[in-house]
Order: sequence, then structure tokens, then C-alpha cells
Amino acid sequence: MDSVTLIAMASIITAGVTISIGCIGPALGEGRSVAAALTSLAQQPDAAATITRTLFVGLAMIESTAIYSFVISMILIFANPFWNHMIAEATGK
Amino acid sequence: MHLSPDQVVLWRYGFINLNATIVTTWGLMLVLSISSLLITRRLETELTISRWQCGLEIVVTAIMKQIEEAGLRQPEKYIGFLGTLFLFIAIAAIATIIPGYESPTGSLSTTAALAICVFVAVPFFGIAEQGLRGYLDSYLKPTVIMLPFNIISELSRTLALAVRLFGNMMSGTMILAILLTIAPLIFPIVMSALGLLTGMVQAYIFSILATVYIAAATREAKA
Repeated sequence: MDSVTLIAMASIITAGVTISIGCIGPALGEGRSVAAALTSLAQQPDAAATITRTLFVGLAMIESTAIYSFVISMILIFANPFWNHMIAEATGK
Repeated sequence: MHLSPDQVVLWRYGFINLNATIVTTWGLMLVLSISSLLITRRLETELTISRWQCGLEIVVTAIMKQIEEAGLRQPEKYIGFLGTLFLFIAIAAIATIIPGYESPTGSLSTTAALAICVFVAVPFFGIAEQGLRGYLDSYLKPTVIMLPFNIISELSRTLALAVRLFGNMMSGTMILAILLTIAPLIFPIVMSALGLLTGMVQAYIFSILATVYIAAATREAKA
């Protein structure tokens, strides 16, 4: 198997694995934070505005790590430097 | 299918590229500046004011209240920077309603520039508030050993700001592009609405985080 095929295979497989594993942690974390927010909303409905705002801010922070994995996955598929280098070499010859 | 509007080149002269990011950024700047210039030309203080002035007042007082709630006691000093940050990212996200438009924050260059602005603004406001000595001393809190960690955390939260905004905006446009090739009738509209929501949330997050960082830098050290 030559290096071009190897790079393509590794990029595709890694892209899939990156996004799937990278989404497990944030999903669990977001579920727990929403559950805690619902509990505190039930206990203190007067503070609903503060709780809701803090919930959304916290969710966006937790989402960041999933976004990092997504960005890596997208780079591997659409803007892969190793693949571009290989293609440039192949067409340059 | 392009990763960011950087790759859509509209005009080229030698090595100078005019890509979609630059055009949309300048277009947004023009829209924001000209509209606020027109609205604030004749400010009235009577009981009945024009609708546009009322709308602008709502926006400005809401942002001031948010800045104050996040911990900055004199929001007038900071609302120029923080309000512009929020309005730029929010209008950039809302304008995706216009067909053929792609948000400039979907390019890592724009979000990196905004994050670097925050990175520079935090010491700027910190030194303006506490003096050079007071601000540099805050890096040695709670102990001197934390100095490298404080510096690393400064750099990493700048990077996190840039990548968070870029990732959210880019993922919205990418999902839309993929769905348009798969199921082009109703589903892309739903995803577009979701993209609008995340755009507004990310604008709020970006400015609230900038506010919290500046508040942490300008807070007086309690004995």
C-alpha cells in the first residue's frame, strides 16, 4: 500500500473516530447540567431568568470541546494538508 | 463546498485577493456605522421619540445592564468595545437571512482577529484601572508559582474564544451545505433557523466572556 492510499485511509478513519468520540463527553456533561438546571428551576422558580441565562452560557462552554473535535474532523476531510501535499506532488510529477 | 468564505475569491490583482470575508466584513461595518449615524443625528429627549431611537436605546440599555450584572461597575467605559463586539457578531449571524451571504465569522481569520482584540483589551483596561504595577501583580496571585499557569491560561482562553466562534459558525454553514445536497426541501430551512439561534447565542457568549475577563482584570484585589 503506497503512502497516498495510507494517508487517505488514515484521514478518513480518523475523521470519523474523532467526531464520534469527541461528542460523547460533552453530550453527557450537557445532559447533567440541564438536569441540574431543571432541579433548581423547580426549587426556585423566581430565579428562572438567571438560571436560564447561566444554563445557556454553561452549555455553550461545554459545547466548545465538541466543536474542537468537529473542527479537526472537518480539517481532515476538507482542508487536509498532507493530502494536498501528496496531490501537489502527484500532479507536479 | 468550501470550508470558509476565505476561499471565495471575488477579485484578484496580482497577489491582492478580495475574498468574501473581507467584502462581508466591510459591508457589515458600513451598515452598522451608517445606520447608527443616521439614528443618532437628532436625538430627542421628550416624551415621544422616534421609533429608531427607541429601538437603539433598548439595545444600548440592555447591553449596559448585562455588563453591569457581569461585574463591571462603570459600564460606560467598556460598552464601546463590548457592545460593538456583540453587535458585530450578532448582525453577522442574523444577516444569513440574505440569500448568497455567508457570515464572515465563519472564517478563522475574523474570529482570531476578534479574539486578539479581546486579548489586547484585557491588559489595556486592567492597566487603565489598576496601574501597571497592580495589573502585573495580579498575575502573581494566589502564589508566585502560578505565574506560568496564569500566562498559559490567558493564551488558551484567547484560542478558545476564536475556535469556539469559528467552529459554531462554520458548522452551521457546513451542515446546511451538506443537507442541501441530500434532502433539499424542508430540512435545510430548519437547520438554517438553528444556525440563527446558535449565532445569537455565540455572540452573547463571546461578549459575556470578554466582559468576565475584563472584570477579572479590573477587579480591585481584596485584602
